[in-house]
Amino acid sequence: MGKTVSEKILARASGLDEADAGEIVKASVDVAMMPDLTTILSVNAMREMGRERVWDREKVVILNDHVAPASTPLAAAIHRDIRKLALEQGLKHFYDVEQGVCHQVLPEKGHVKPGTLVIGADSHTCTHGALGAFATGVGSTDMGAVLATGKIWLRVPETIRVEVDGHLPDLVLPKDVILRIIGEIGADGATYNAVEFAGGTVSDMGVAGRMTLCNMAIEMGGKTGIVEPDERTFEFLRSRTDGVFDPLHADDGAKYRRRLEIDVSDLEPQVACPHKVDNVRPVTSVLGTKVDQVFIGSCTNGRFEDLEIAARILEGRQVHRGVRLLVVPASKGVYREALEAGIVGAFVEAGAMFGSPSCGACFGGHIGLLAGGEVGLTTSNRNFRGRQGSPEAEVYLCSPAVAAASAITGVITDPREVA
Amino acid sequence: MKVTGRVWKYGDDINTDYIIPGRYLELVDPREMAEHAMEGIDPGFSEKVREGDVIVGGANFGCGSSREHAPLALKYAGVRAVVAESFARIFYRNAINIGLLALECPGVSQAVDEGDVVEVDVDVGKIRVPAKGSDLDFRPLPGFMVEVLNEGGLVNYIRNHMEEW
Repeated sequence: MGKTVSEKILARASGLDEADAGEIVKASVDVAMMPDLTTILSVNAMREMGRERVWDREKVVILNDHVAPASTPLAAAIHRDIRKLALEQGLKHFYDVEQGVCHQVLPEKGHVKPGTLVIGADSHTCTHGALGAFATGVGSTDMGAVLATGKIWLRVPETIRVEVDGHLPDLVLPKDVILRIIGEIGADGATYNAVEFAGGTVSDMGVAGRMTLCNMAIEMGGKTGIVEPDERTFEFLRSRTDGVFDPLHADDGAKYRRRLEIDVSDLEPQVACPHKVDNVRPVTSVLGTKVDQVFIGSCTNGRFEDLEIAARILEGRQVHRGVRLLVVPASKGVYREALEAGIVGAFVEAGAMFGSPSCGACFGGHIGLLAGGEVGLTTSNRNFRGRQGSPEAEVYLCSPAVAAASAITGVITDPREVA
Repeated sequence: MKVTGRVWKYGDDINTDYIIPGRYLELVDPREMAEHAMEGIDPGFSEKVREGDVIVGGANFGCGSSREHAPLALKYAGVRAVVAESFARIFYRNAINIGLLALECPGVSQAVDEGDVVEVDVDVGKIRVPAKGSDLDFRPLPGFMVEVLNEGGLVNYIRNHMEEW
Protein backbone atom coordinates (compact mmCIF):
# COMPACT_ATOMS: atom_id res chain seq x y z
CA MET A 1 0.00 0.00 0.00
CA GLY A 2 1.21 3.50 -0.79
CA LYS A 3 2.54 5.72 1.99
CA THR A 4 2.11 9.41 2.72
CA VAL A 5 5.17 11.63 2.90
CA SER A 6 4.74 11.90 6.70
CA GLU A 7 4.63 8.10 7.11
CA LYS A 8 7.80 7.82 5.04
CA ILE A 9 9.72 10.51 6.93
CA LEU A 10 8.80 9.04 10.32
CA ALA A 11 9.67 5.51 9.17
CA ARG A 12 13.11 6.63 8.02
CA ALA A 13 13.71 8.64 11.20
CA SER A 14 12.85 5.52 13.21
CA GLY A 15 15.05 3.16 11.23
CA LEU A 16 12.03 1.23 9.92
CA ASP A 17 11.28 0.06 6.40
CA GLU A 18 7.80 1.42 6.75
CA ALA A 19 5.41 2.89 9.28
CA ASP A 20 1.64 3.15 9.22
CA ALA A 21 -0.63 5.82 10.61
CA GLY A 22 -1.56 4.95 14.18
CA GLU A 23 1.74 3.24 14.97
CA ILE A 24 3.89 4.66 17.78
CA VAL A 25 7.53 5.05 16.71
CA LYS A 26 10.70 6.14 18.44
CA ALA A 27 12.26 8.59 16.01
CA SER A 28 15.70 10.22 15.82
CA VAL A 29 15.53 13.99 15.68
CA ASP A 30 17.47 15.99 13.06
CA VAL A 31 16.86 19.44 14.51
CA ALA A 32 15.75 20.34 18.05
CA MET A 33 14.66 23.97 18.26
CA MET A 34 13.88 25.99 21.38
CA PRO A 35 12.74 29.60 21.69
CA ASP A 36 13.49 31.70 24.78
CA LEU A 37 10.31 31.13 26.76
CA THR A 38 10.49 27.33 26.76
CA THR A 39 14.26 26.71 26.78
CA ILE A 40 14.86 26.86 30.52
CA LEU A 41 12.03 24.44 31.32
CA SER A 42 13.30 22.06 28.62
CA VAL A 43 16.88 22.10 29.86
CA ASN A 44 15.68 21.65 33.45
CA ALA A 45 13.77 18.56 32.30
CA MET A 46 16.91 17.20 30.56
CA ARG A 47 18.90 17.63 33.77
CA GLU A 48 16.21 15.96 35.86
CA MET A 49 16.45 13.04 33.45
CA GLY A 50 20.07 12.68 34.50
CA ARG A 51 21.89 14.25 31.57
CA GLU A 52 24.03 17.36 31.87
CA ARG A 53 24.80 17.86 28.19
CA VAL A 54 22.63 17.88 25.09
CA TRP A 55 22.96 14.79 22.92
CA ASP A 56 24.35 16.64 19.90
CA ARG A 57 25.53 20.24 20.12
CA GLU A 58 25.22 20.68 16.34
CA LYS A 59 21.57 19.64 16.15
CA VAL A 60 20.22 21.95 18.85
CA VAL A 61 19.14 25.46 17.87
CA ILE A 62 18.21 28.02 20.53
CA LEU A 63 16.81 31.49 19.92
CA ASN A 64 16.04 34.49 22.11
CA ASP A 65 13.10 35.55 19.97
CA HIS A 66 9.71 35.85 21.67
CA VAL A 67 10.49 38.67 24.08
CA ALA A 68 13.25 40.28 22.06
CA PRO A 69 14.75 42.48 23.31
CA ALA A 70 13.64 41.80 26.89
CA SER A 71 10.70 43.86 28.12
CA THR A 72 10.87 42.78 31.77
CA PRO A 73 13.64 41.83 34.24
CA LEU A 74 12.31 38.24 34.18
CA ALA A 75 12.69 38.02 30.41
CA ALA A 76 16.15 39.58 30.67
CA ALA A 77 17.12 36.89 33.17
CA ILE A 78 15.91 34.15 30.81
CA HIS A 79 17.95 35.63 27.96
CA ARG A 80 21.00 35.93 30.20
CA ASP A 81 20.69 32.31 31.31
CA ILE A 82 20.22 31.13 27.73
CA ARG A 83 23.36 32.95 26.56
CA LYS A 84 25.28 31.28 29.34
CA LEU A 85 23.76 27.92 28.51
CA ALA A 86 24.65 28.19 24.82
CA LEU A 87 28.25 28.89 25.78
CA GLU A 88 28.49 26.15 28.42
CA GLN A 89 26.94 23.53 26.17
CA GLY A 90 29.11 24.63 23.25
CA LEU A 91 26.04 24.93 21.04
CA LYS A 92 26.87 25.58 17.45
CA HIS A 93 23.63 27.41 16.73
CA PHE A 94 22.44 30.14 19.05
CA TYR A 95 20.56 33.18 17.75
CA ASP A 96 20.29 36.15 20.07
CA VAL A 97 17.64 38.89 20.32
CA GLU A 98 18.54 40.72 17.11
CA GLN A 99 18.02 37.71 14.82
CA GLY A 100 14.27 37.17 14.75
CA VAL A 101 11.53 34.57 15.12
CA CYS A 102 12.52 30.89 15.29
CA HIS A 103 10.20 29.81 12.48
CA GLN A 104 11.73 32.33 10.11
CA VAL A 105 15.35 32.06 11.19
CA LEU A 106 15.63 28.26 10.93
CA PRO A 107 14.53 27.98 7.29
CA GLU A 108 16.47 31.13 6.38
CA LYS A 109 19.71 29.87 7.90
CA GLY A 110 19.40 26.46 6.28
CA HIS A 111 18.60 24.34 9.34
CA VAL A 112 15.59 22.68 7.74
CA LYS A 113 15.92 20.15 4.94
CA PRO A 114 13.31 18.06 3.12
CA GLY A 115 12.72 14.60 4.54
CA THR A 116 14.10 15.43 8.00
CA LEU A 117 12.45 15.45 11.43
CA VAL A 118 12.28 18.85 13.13
CA ILE A 119 11.06 19.05 16.73
CA GLY A 120 10.45 22.45 18.28
CA ALA A 121 9.37 23.62 21.71
CA ASP A 122 6.83 25.92 20.09
CA SER A 123 3.47 25.04 18.59
CA HIS A 124 4.11 26.78 15.27
CA THR A 125 7.01 24.46 14.47
CA CYS A 126 4.64 23.01 11.86
CA THR A 127 5.74 25.98 9.70
CA HIS A 128 8.91 24.12 8.72
CA GLY A 129 6.88 21.51 6.88
CA ALA A 130 6.79 24.05 4.06
CA LEU A 131 10.24 22.72 3.10
CA GLY A 132 9.12 19.08 3.05
CA ALA A 133 10.25 18.24 6.58
CA PHE A 134 8.10 16.59 9.24
CA ALA A 135 8.02 19.34 11.83
CA THR A 136 6.02 19.42 15.01
CA GLY A 137 5.75 21.34 18.27
CA VAL A 138 6.11 19.78 21.71
CA GLY A 139 6.23 20.89 25.33
CA SER A 140 9.27 21.25 27.53
CA THR A 141 9.41 17.76 29.02
CA ASP A 142 9.22 16.16 25.58
CA MET A 143 11.97 18.54 24.49
CA GLY A 144 13.97 17.63 27.60
CA ALA A 145 13.80 13.99 26.49
CA VAL A 146 14.97 14.97 23.01
CA LEU A 147 17.89 16.94 24.45
CA ALA A 148 18.83 14.00 26.67
CA THR A 149 18.47 11.22 24.11
CA GLY A 150 18.09 12.66 20.60
CA LYS A 151 14.87 10.70 20.26
CA ILE A 152 11.15 11.23 20.61
CA TRP A 153 8.12 8.96 20.63
CA LEU A 154 5.52 9.94 18.06
CA ARG A 155 2.26 8.51 16.90
CA VAL A 156 2.42 8.35 13.12
CA PRO A 157 -0.43 10.62 12.02
CA GLU A 158 -3.17 10.11 9.49
CA THR A 159 -3.06 12.75 6.76
CA ILE A 160 -5.61 15.22 5.48
CA ARG A 161 -4.71 16.20 1.93
CA VAL A 162 -5.82 19.65 0.87
CA GLU A 163 -5.67 20.24 -2.88
CA VAL A 164 -5.71 23.92 -3.74
CA ASP A 165 -6.22 24.83 -7.37
CA GLY A 166 -6.88 27.97 -9.37
CA HIS A 167 -5.03 31.23 -9.89
CA LEU A 168 -5.22 33.49 -6.83
CA PRO A 169 -6.89 36.83 -7.69
CA ASP A 170 -4.86 40.00 -7.19
CA LEU A 171 -4.50 40.93 -3.49
CA VAL A 172 -5.83 37.55 -2.38
CA LEU A 173 -2.93 35.90 -0.58
CA PRO A 174 -1.80 32.58 0.93
CA LYS A 175 -3.19 33.81 4.28
CA ASP A 176 -6.64 34.02 2.75
CA VAL A 177 -6.23 30.46 1.48
CA ILE A 178 -5.31 29.05 4.88
CA LEU A 179 -8.06 31.01 6.68
CA ARG A 180 -10.54 29.63 4.16
CA ILE A 181 -9.25 26.08 4.81
CA ILE A 182 -9.45 26.52 8.60
CA GLY A 183 -13.00 27.81 8.26
CA GLU A 184 -13.83 24.58 6.44
CA ILE A 185 -11.92 22.09 8.60
CA GLY A 186 -12.52 23.78 11.98
CA ALA A 187 -10.32 24.47 14.99
CA ASP A 188 -10.09 20.78 15.91
CA GLY A 189 -10.86 19.15 12.55
CA ALA A 190 -7.25 18.09 11.99
CA THR A 191 -6.37 17.05 15.55
CA TYR A 192 -3.54 14.49 15.56
CA ASN A 193 -3.35 14.67 11.73
CA ALA A 194 -0.74 15.85 9.28
CA VAL A 195 -2.15 18.38 6.85
CA GLU A 196 -0.60 18.04 3.41
CA PHE A 197 -1.02 21.00 1.06
CA ALA A 198 -0.91 20.25 -2.66
CA GLY A 199 -2.38 21.31 -5.99
CA GLY A 200 -1.51 23.87 -8.64
CA THR A 201 -1.88 26.93 -6.42
CA VAL A 202 0.59 25.52 -3.90
CA SER A 203 3.03 24.52 -6.67
CA ASP A 204 2.94 28.09 -7.96
CA MET A 205 3.40 29.52 -4.48
CA GLY A 206 6.84 30.56 -3.23
CA VAL A 207 8.31 29.13 -0.02
CA ALA A 208 7.05 32.19 1.93
CA GLY A 209 3.42 31.46 1.03
CA ARG A 210 3.83 27.77 1.77
CA MET A 211 5.18 28.69 5.20
CA THR A 212 2.04 30.74 5.84
CA LEU A 213 -0.10 27.69 4.99
CA CYS A 214 1.87 25.22 7.10
CA ASN A 215 2.19 27.69 9.99
CA MET A 216 -1.52 27.54 10.71
CA ALA A 217 -1.92 23.74 10.57
CA ILE A 218 -1.81 23.82 14.38
CA GLU A 219 -4.86 26.11 14.40
CA MET A 220 -6.84 23.11 13.09
CA GLY A 221 -5.23 20.85 15.70
CA GLY A 222 -2.73 19.49 13.14
CA LYS A 223 0.50 17.79 14.12
CA THR A 224 2.30 19.22 11.12
CA GLY A 225 1.60 21.02 7.89
CA ILE A 226 3.62 19.74 4.96
CA VAL A 227 4.25 20.55 1.32
CA GLU A 228 6.14 18.03 -0.77
CA PRO A 229 9.49 19.45 -1.85
CA ASP A 230 9.89 20.58 -5.45
CA GLU A 231 12.21 22.75 -7.52
CA ARG A 232 11.09 25.90 -5.65
CA THR A 233 12.04 24.23 -2.37
CA PHE A 234 15.48 23.24 -3.63
CA GLU A 235 16.07 26.65 -5.15
CA PHE A 236 15.29 28.27 -1.77
CA LEU A 237 17.64 25.86 0.01
CA ARG A 238 20.61 25.67 -2.34
CA SER A 239 22.25 28.90 -1.23
CA ARG A 240 21.41 28.28 2.42
CA THR A 241 22.61 24.70 2.88
CA ASP A 242 25.30 22.32 1.63
CA GLY A 243 22.91 21.48 -1.19
CA VAL A 244 22.80 17.77 -0.36
CA PHE A 245 19.19 16.63 -0.05
CA ASP A 246 17.48 13.35 0.59
CA PRO A 247 13.83 14.26 0.05
CA LEU A 248 10.85 11.94 0.38
CA HIS A 249 7.59 12.04 -1.54
CA ALA A 250 4.17 10.47 -1.11
CA ASP A 251 3.50 7.28 -3.05
CA ASP A 252 0.73 7.07 -5.59
CA GLY A 253 -2.13 5.42 -3.77
CA ALA A 254 -1.14 6.78 -0.37
CA LYS A 255 -4.01 6.56 2.08
CA TYR A 256 -5.55 9.82 3.26
CA ARG A 257 -8.02 10.27 6.09
CA ARG A 258 -9.73 13.01 4.16
CA ARG A 259 -9.27 14.88 0.90
CA LEU A 260 -10.38 18.44 0.54
CA GLU A 261 -10.44 20.27 -2.78
CA ILE A 262 -10.55 24.03 -2.90
CA ASP A 263 -10.72 26.26 -5.95
CA VAL A 264 -9.37 29.71 -5.16
CA SER A 265 -10.02 31.39 -8.52
CA ASP A 266 -12.85 33.43 -7.00
CA LEU A 267 -11.62 33.55 -3.42
CA GLU A 268 -12.22 36.82 -1.57
CA PRO A 269 -9.92 38.11 1.18
CA GLN A 270 -10.83 36.29 4.41
CA VAL A 271 -10.97 37.35 8.06
CA ALA A 272 -11.10 35.22 11.23
CA CYS A 273 -13.45 37.03 13.61
CA PRO A 274 -13.33 37.10 17.41
CA HIS A 275 -12.69 34.94 19.35
CA LYS A 276 -12.05 31.79 17.34
CA VAL A 277 -9.60 31.06 14.56
CA ASP A 278 -12.23 29.07 12.67
CA ASN A 279 -14.78 31.90 12.82
CA VAL A 280 -13.82 32.76 9.24
CA ARG A 281 -15.79 35.03 6.95
CA PRO A 282 -15.13 36.93 3.74
CA VAL A 283 -13.82 40.42 4.49
CA THR A 284 -16.86 41.86 2.74
CA SER A 285 -19.05 40.68 5.62
CA VAL A 286 -17.21 42.76 8.25
CA LEU A 287 -16.36 45.89 6.25
CA GLY A 288 -16.47 49.08 8.28
CA THR A 289 -15.55 47.54 11.65
CA LYS A 290 -13.47 50.18 13.42
CA VAL A 291 -9.89 49.17 14.33
CA ASP A 292 -7.53 50.65 16.93
CA GLN A 293 -4.36 48.73 16.17
CA VAL A 294 -3.03 46.88 13.13
CA PHE A 295 -0.11 44.47 13.45
CA ILE A 296 1.82 43.21 10.42
CA GLY A 297 4.35 40.56 11.36
CA SER A 298 4.79 37.18 13.13
CA CYS A 299 5.82 33.72 11.93
CA THR A 300 2.63 33.67 9.87
CA ASN A 301 3.09 36.88 7.88
CA GLY A 302 6.30 38.69 8.81
CA ARG A 303 8.24 37.73 5.69
CA PHE A 304 9.54 40.02 2.94
CA GLU A 305 6.69 39.09 0.59
CA ASP A 306 4.18 40.12 3.27
CA LEU A 307 5.88 43.43 4.00
CA GLU A 308 6.26 44.16 0.32
CA ILE A 309 2.58 43.86 -0.50
CA ALA A 310 1.60 45.90 2.58
CA ALA A 311 4.08 48.63 1.65
CA ARG A 312 2.77 48.68 -1.91
CA ILE A 313 -0.70 49.44 -0.58
CA LEU A 314 0.54 52.01 1.97
CA GLU A 315 2.94 53.84 -0.30
CA GLY A 316 2.03 57.51 -0.66
CA ARG A 317 -0.82 57.17 1.83
CA GLN A 318 -1.23 57.81 5.55
CA VAL A 319 -2.23 55.56 8.41
CA HIS A 320 -5.65 56.70 9.64
CA ARG A 321 -5.59 59.13 12.53
CA GLY A 322 -5.91 57.31 15.84
CA VAL A 323 -4.86 53.94 14.40
CA ARG A 324 -1.57 52.38 15.50
CA LEU A 325 0.21 50.40 12.78
CA LEU A 326 2.99 48.11 14.02
CA VAL A 327 5.22 46.45 11.46
CA VAL A 328 7.68 43.86 12.74
CA PRO A 329 9.84 41.85 10.32
CA ALA A 330 10.14 38.18 11.23
CA SER A 331 13.93 38.18 11.02
CA LYS A 332 17.03 40.28 10.56
CA GLY A 333 17.22 38.83 7.06
CA VAL A 334 13.72 40.10 6.28
CA TYR A 335 14.61 43.49 7.81
CA ARG A 336 17.71 43.76 5.61
CA GLU A 337 15.78 42.77 2.51
CA ALA A 338 13.10 45.35 3.32
CA LEU A 339 15.76 48.02 3.81
CA GLU A 340 17.41 47.20 0.51
CA ALA A 341 14.06 47.28 -1.30
CA GLY A 342 13.32 50.70 0.22
CA ILE A 343 10.05 49.64 1.80
CA VAL A 344 10.96 50.45 5.41
CA GLY A 345 10.78 54.12 4.42
CA ALA A 346 7.34 53.61 2.90
CA PHE A 347 6.04 52.28 6.23
CA VAL A 348 7.66 55.02 8.28
CA GLU A 349 6.46 57.77 5.94
CA ALA A 350 2.93 56.37 6.12
CA GLY A 351 3.01 56.70 9.91
CA ALA A 352 3.78 53.12 10.93
CA MET A 353 6.04 52.01 13.77
CA PHE A 354 8.73 49.70 12.39
CA GLY A 355 10.17 47.33 14.99
CA SER A 356 13.21 45.12 15.31
CA PRO A 357 12.58 41.44 14.51
CA SER A 358 10.63 39.47 17.13
CA CYS A 359 7.27 37.81 17.71
CA GLY A 360 6.01 41.36 18.21
CA ALA A 361 2.38 41.81 19.19
CA CYS A 362 1.36 38.23 18.32
CA PHE A 363 1.23 36.65 21.75
CA GLY A 364 0.40 39.55 24.01
CA GLY A 365 3.48 39.24 26.15
CA HIS A 366 5.86 41.78 24.75
CA ILE A 367 4.81 44.82 22.72
CA GLY A 368 1.64 46.24 21.25
CA LEU A 369 -0.92 45.01 23.76
CA LEU A 370 -4.57 45.93 23.40
CA ALA A 371 -6.72 47.70 25.99
CA GLY A 372 -10.25 46.72 26.94
CA GLY A 373 -12.78 47.72 24.30
CA GLU A 374 -10.16 48.00 21.56
CA VAL A 375 -10.15 46.16 18.26
CA GLY A 376 -6.93 44.71 16.89
CA LEU A 377 -6.41 43.55 13.34
CA THR A 378 -3.44 41.25 12.98
CA THR A 379 -1.64 39.13 10.41
CA SER A 380 -0.64 36.63 13.11
CA ASN A 381 -2.30 33.32 13.86
CA ARG A 382 -4.48 33.41 16.99
CA ASN A 383 -7.43 35.57 17.97
CA PHE A 384 -8.26 33.88 21.27
CA ARG A 385 -9.90 36.19 23.79
CA GLY A 386 -7.10 37.96 25.67
CA ARG A 387 -4.38 36.74 23.30
CA GLN A 388 -3.12 40.24 22.57
CA GLY A 389 -3.77 41.89 25.93
CA SER A 390 -7.09 42.65 27.58
CA PRO A 391 -9.75 39.92 27.50
CA GLU A 392 -12.15 42.75 26.66
CA ALA A 393 -10.33 43.46 23.38
CA GLU A 394 -11.38 41.90 20.07
CA VAL A 395 -8.89 40.46 17.60
CA TYR A 396 -9.41 39.77 13.89
CA LEU A 397 -6.91 37.78 11.80
CA CYS A 398 -6.24 38.76 8.21
CA SER A 399 -3.70 38.99 5.39
CA PRO A 400 -1.06 41.73 5.12
CA ALA A 401 -3.11 43.30 2.30
CA VAL A 402 -6.28 43.57 4.42
CA ALA A 403 -4.14 44.85 7.32
CA ALA A 404 -2.52 47.60 5.24
CA ALA A 405 -5.75 48.70 3.59
CA SER A 406 -7.54 48.84 6.96
CA ALA A 407 -4.71 50.83 8.55
CA ILE A 408 -5.32 53.52 5.94
CA THR A 409 -9.08 53.72 6.40
CA GLY A 410 -9.30 52.95 10.12
CA VAL A 411 -11.95 50.31 9.50
CA ILE A 412 -11.78 46.76 8.16
CA THR A 413 -11.39 47.22 4.45
CA ASP A 414 -11.24 45.12 1.30
CA PRO A 415 -7.75 45.83 -0.11
CA ARG A 416 -9.16 45.67 -3.64
CA GLU A 417 -11.06 48.86 -2.83
CA VAL A 418 -7.99 50.93 -1.92
CA ALA A 419 -5.18 49.50 -4.05
CA MET B 1 -5.52 4.43 39.87
CA LYS B 2 -8.62 6.16 41.28
CA VAL B 3 -9.32 9.86 41.69
CA THR B 4 -12.13 11.54 43.59
CA GLY B 5 -12.62 15.28 43.24
CA ARG B 6 -14.87 18.26 42.96
CA VAL B 7 -15.62 19.51 39.45
CA TRP B 8 -14.90 22.85 37.78
CA LYS B 9 -16.56 22.95 34.40
CA TYR B 10 -15.59 24.79 31.21
CA GLY B 11 -16.75 24.76 27.58
CA ASP B 12 -15.20 23.94 24.20
CA ASP B 13 -11.85 25.21 22.85
CA ILE B 14 -10.31 26.13 26.21
CA ASN B 15 -6.99 27.34 24.79
CA THR B 16 -3.63 27.62 26.53
CA ASP B 17 -3.90 31.43 26.62
CA TYR B 18 -7.00 30.96 28.79
CA ILE B 19 -5.20 28.44 30.97
CA ILE B 20 -2.21 30.76 31.43
CA PRO B 21 -1.93 34.03 29.47
CA GLY B 22 1.21 34.79 27.45
CA ARG B 23 2.41 37.48 29.83
CA TYR B 24 3.24 34.78 32.40
CA LEU B 25 5.45 32.69 30.13
CA GLU B 26 8.52 34.26 31.67
CA LEU B 27 7.83 32.31 34.87
CA VAL B 28 9.94 29.20 35.42
CA ASP B 29 8.63 28.17 38.87
CA PRO B 30 5.45 26.09 38.53
CA ARG B 31 4.16 27.35 41.90
CA GLU B 32 4.16 30.88 40.53
CA MET B 33 2.45 29.68 37.33
CA ALA B 34 -0.24 28.10 39.52
CA GLU B 35 -1.21 31.53 40.86
CA HIS B 36 -2.40 32.37 37.33
CA ALA B 37 -4.12 29.11 36.44
CA MET B 38 -7.22 29.67 34.26
CA GLU B 39 -6.74 33.41 34.65
CA GLY B 40 -7.55 34.05 30.98
CA ILE B 41 -11.11 32.78 31.38
CA ASP B 42 -11.77 32.47 35.11
CA PRO B 43 -9.76 34.99 37.14
CA GLY B 44 -9.80 33.89 40.77
CA PHE B 45 -9.64 30.18 39.91
CA SER B 46 -6.37 29.78 41.80
CA GLU B 47 -8.08 31.10 44.94
CA LYS B 48 -11.05 28.76 44.81
CA VAL B 49 -9.49 25.54 43.51
CA ARG B 50 -8.62 22.88 46.10
CA GLU B 51 -6.11 20.06 46.06
CA GLY B 52 -7.57 17.09 44.20
CA ASP B 53 -10.18 18.99 42.15
CA VAL B 54 -11.11 17.89 38.65
CA ILE B 55 -11.59 20.06 35.57
CA VAL B 56 -14.26 18.97 33.10
CA GLY B 57 -13.88 20.47 29.65
CA GLY B 58 -15.57 20.34 26.26
CA ALA B 59 -14.01 19.60 22.88
CA ASN B 60 -10.43 20.57 21.94
CA PHE B 61 -9.28 21.29 25.49
CA GLY B 62 -5.81 22.86 25.60
CA CYS B 63 -5.69 24.07 21.99
CA GLY B 64 -3.13 26.68 21.02
CA SER B 65 0.45 26.97 22.10
CA SER B 66 2.90 24.29 23.25
CA ARG B 67 3.48 26.02 26.60
CA GLU B 68 3.94 23.38 29.27
CA HIS B 69 3.15 26.23 31.65
CA ALA B 70 -0.52 25.35 31.01
CA PRO B 71 -0.67 21.82 32.49
CA LEU B 72 1.97 22.82 35.08
CA ALA B 73 -0.19 25.72 36.29
CA LEU B 74 -3.19 23.40 36.66
CA LYS B 75 -1.21 20.66 38.39
CA TYR B 76 0.45 22.97 40.89
CA ALA B 77 -2.86 24.74 41.54
CA GLY B 78 -4.08 21.38 42.81
CA VAL B 79 -5.96 20.00 39.82
CA ARG B 80 -5.64 16.22 39.80
CA ALA B 81 -7.27 15.44 36.46
CA VAL B 82 -8.71 17.07 33.38
CA VAL B 83 -11.56 15.12 31.82
CA ALA B 84 -12.69 16.48 28.45
CA GLU B 85 -14.70 15.57 25.37
CA SER B 86 -11.41 15.78 23.44
CA PHE B 87 -7.94 17.30 23.74
CA ALA B 88 -5.56 19.22 21.53
CA ARG B 89 -2.54 17.01 21.06
CA ILE B 90 0.32 19.06 22.51
CA PHE B 91 -1.55 19.81 25.75
CA TYR B 92 -2.45 16.13 26.02
CA ARG B 93 1.16 14.98 25.70
CA ASN B 94 2.38 17.68 28.05
CA ALA B 95 -0.17 16.76 30.71
CA ILE B 96 0.71 13.06 30.67
CA ASN B 97 4.43 13.90 30.59
CA ILE B 98 4.20 15.91 33.82
CA GLY B 99 1.85 13.46 35.52
CA LEU B 100 -1.42 15.40 35.18
CA LEU B 101 -4.23 13.02 34.25
CA ALA B 102 -5.79 13.91 30.88
CA LEU B 103 -8.75 11.68 30.14
CA GLU B 104 -10.78 11.77 26.97
CA CYS B 105 -14.40 11.05 27.79
CA PRO B 106 -17.06 11.82 25.16
CA GLY B 107 -20.31 12.83 26.83
CA VAL B 108 -18.72 14.10 30.04
CA SER B 109 -19.85 17.69 29.63
CA GLN B 110 -23.47 16.52 29.51
CA ALA B 111 -23.16 14.04 32.36
CA VAL B 112 -21.37 16.22 34.91
CA ASP B 113 -22.20 19.61 36.43
CA GLU B 114 -19.99 22.13 38.16
CA GLY B 115 -19.64 21.32 41.84
CA ASP B 116 -20.38 17.59 41.39
CA VAL B 117 -18.02 15.23 43.13
CA VAL B 118 -16.81 12.61 40.66
CA GLU B 119 -14.99 9.34 41.15
CA VAL B 120 -12.71 8.47 38.26
CA ASP B 121 -11.42 4.95 37.80
CA VAL B 122 -8.52 5.55 35.44
CA ASP B 123 -7.59 1.91 34.79
CA VAL B 124 -11.10 0.72 33.97
CA GLY B 125 -12.24 3.91 32.28
CA LYS B 126 -15.26 4.90 34.33
CA ILE B 127 -16.51 8.14 35.85
CA ARG B 128 -19.14 7.98 38.59
CA VAL B 129 -21.21 10.81 39.97
CA PRO B 130 -22.38 9.25 43.27
CA ALA B 131 -24.85 12.06 44.11
CA LYS B 132 -26.63 11.47 40.80
CA GLY B 133 -26.20 7.74 40.81
CA SER B 134 -24.90 8.00 37.25
CA ASP B 135 -21.78 6.78 35.53
CA LEU B 136 -20.04 7.08 32.19
CA ASP B 137 -17.47 4.86 30.47
CA PHE B 138 -14.45 6.05 28.55
CA ARG B 139 -11.60 4.35 26.76
CA PRO B 140 -8.72 3.85 29.19
CA LEU B 141 -5.36 5.43 28.40
CA PRO B 142 -3.03 3.62 25.97
CA GLY B 143 -0.49 1.32 27.64
CA PHE B 144 2.55 3.49 27.01
CA MET B 145 0.93 6.49 28.68
CA VAL B 146 -0.14 4.43 31.69
CA GLU B 147 3.50 3.35 32.08
CA VAL B 148 4.64 6.99 31.93
CA LEU B 149 2.02 8.03 34.50
CA ASN B 150 2.76 5.11 36.78
CA GLU B 151 6.42 6.05 36.84
CA GLY B 152 5.50 9.63 37.76
CA GLY B 153 5.86 11.29 34.35
CA LEU B 154 8.30 11.34 31.44
CA VAL B 155 11.26 12.64 33.45
CA ASN B 156 11.25 9.55 35.65
CA TYR B 157 10.35 7.31 32.74
CA ILE B 158 13.36 8.42 30.68
CA ARG B 159 15.63 8.26 33.73
CA ASN B 160 14.49 4.68 34.39
CA HIS B 161 14.71 3.59 30.77
CA MET B 162 17.67 5.61 29.47
CA GLU B 163 19.57 2.54 28.27
CA GLU B 164 16.78 1.10 26.15
CA TRP B 165 15.72 4.54 24.91
